[in-house]
Amino acid sequence: MSNTVWIVLQQRDGQLHKMSWEAIRAGQKLASLIGGRPEAVLLGSGVQDAAQQVSECDLDAVWVADDAKLADYSPGTYIGVLQVAASQASPGYLVFPHTYQTVDYAPRLAQELKGALVPEATAVELDGGVVVWRRPILSGKLEARVQAKGDGPVVVSVQSAAFPADEVEKGSAPIQPLAVDMSAITADRKILGVEEAAADQVDLSQSEYIVAVGRGIGDADKLGAVQELASALGAELGASRPVIDSGWLPRERQIGSSGQTVSPKLYVATGISGAIQHLVGMKGSQVIVAINKDRGAPIFNVAHYGIVGDLHEVVPALTEAIKEAKEG
Amino acid sequence: MKIAVCIKQVPDSEARLRIAGDGKWIDEEDVQFVINESDGYALEEALTLAEETEGEVVVFSLGPDRVREALRKALALGAARAVHLSDSAFAGGDSLATGRALAKAIAGEEVDLVLTGSQSDDAGFGSTGSVIAGYLGWPHAWLVMGVDVDPTGSRAKVTREMEAGLNEIFELALPAVLAIQAGLNKPRYASLKGIMQAKRKEIAQVTPSDLGLSPEEVGAMGSGLEVLSVAFPEVSEAAQIIEGEPAEAARVLVEKLQKEARVL
Repeated sequence: MSNTVWIVLQQRDGQLHKMSWEAIRAGQKLASLIGGRPEAVLLGSGVQDAAQQVSECDLDAVWVADDAKLADYSPGTYIGVLQVAASQASPGYLVFPHTYQTVDYAPRLAQELKGALVPEATAVELDGGVVVWRRPILSGKLEARVQAKGDGPVVVSVQSAAFPADEVEKGSAPIQPLAVDMSAITADRKILGVEEAAADQVDLSQSEYIVAVGRGIGDADKLGAVQELASALGAELGASRPVIDSGWLPRERQIGSSGQTVSPKLYVATGISGAIQHLVGMKGSQVIVAINKDRGAPIFNVAHYGIVGDLHEVVPALTEAIKEAKEG
Repeated sequence: MKIAVCIKQVPDSEARLRIAGDGKWIDEEDVQFVINESDGYALEEALTLAEETEGEVVVFSLGPDRVREALRKALALGAARAVHLSDSAFAGGDSLATGRALAKAIAGEEVDLVLTGSQSDDAGFGSTGSVIAGYLGWPHAWLVMGVDVDPTGSRAKVTREMEAGLNEIFELALPAVLAIQAGLNKPRYASLKGIMQAKRKEIAQVTPSDLGLSPEEVGAMGSGLEVLSVAFPEVSEAAQIIEGEPAEAARVLVEKLQKEARVL
């Protein structure tokens, strides 16, 4: 296995996904740890401008497969191209941003390459000469240290915000075409279109105050108290995914990676443990208050103020305190 | 149509977790296990599709003896049969090892469709479904929010979740493996009749050798990933935790939001 690190970027319509830069940073860091060199790989159609941007990073190469067959993403085409290319170049590592697109195909690529799979890595270190990764388990309540086994390449996807994009090292890399015979590559999906997930859109991105509710609420009939808190604050009501999936609030109120991204003046998170998928949608809020019964919940890592307690007691008390303060 | 559904048992989200003596997993004693959330939605989707097509659902689970409870529940909800991949050699597998075993078990059933959850709430690989598809040589999709099977049963229209509140819609050929995202339907409750009927339904037990696999190909030995240790993540001390009875804590918090943070 070579110590070349491939960083497989994500783009849509020629625009790089912002986590592509984080993947570049992760790949650079990994390469420096193992004494290897990072190279970027970009698939798509009409991606020369994006390749140009990436070439301004400290990389040994930017490999580009630019073909009309890659205009739409499908696992068949992406795995097909990367399997052929990686079999020829045999990189030791393939680093991906951990996105809804890459998780759709990177595992199967690892399988085809007879490699190992490290999903959702949040850190990498050398421990006695061995590359050790950290990844969240049990919805982020615990963190595992893991190591890849075997002789195959290691396919890693890196979690959002784990490797800061602003730490990408600048440089100059040659742009080179990826030599893959596209005639043998076929799509396994016929794309019909894209639609909004929610029937009606409520734009929470402009709200100054948001009260959000999570699984800790327990049941839909307990939502009233949270609604009263939102009214007292003049806030919009938001929710984390489990509340939406249970049908307790409509999907247009979902905040997080599959919902809306918000940055209000004040964000009050009630009964939200703080899975990464939720945090990415709200951590840009100016002031975050967390109310949760578990002091170890990850929401307290992004909160500015916290109350550890039963939300069914704390939320009505907070509503009263806000009403008093506003009247006073 | 005949549909295979793979379910996993995971610790209840409210369970208090302790780290096991070997430091590599949680201590499972006193932990309540439930059917993984997205797997429950996969099972519901399969039961609905089977009803519409006068087909049947066969449910699969890999794990220790406790997973028979999850399989029994799936039978009570309407699955026709269950297959329990039951052997200590299966333990500790990553998605590549677990997917290999499940694919072998499913291959013996001649199904038209396989549904799994999109991600387990414990190990969280998010890839067992797509890996099963890889071993079977079938198309797959992850984070599926809608399944519409063509009347001929040869194709399906699939809605898949993308980021930023968008869904992508596409067609793929069947048989396929679809990893279902939580929230696409409303899982049913078991009826008393269903619970009674489930007692008479078969739960087949299969071992690696039944599947033509050696112990080295499954479980921890067949995996590409080794867990060295697990730990509670460090909790940042950055948040000001406001102590006291709810009324007092709420009053102090509001004061801080007004005077310190200046957002009220």
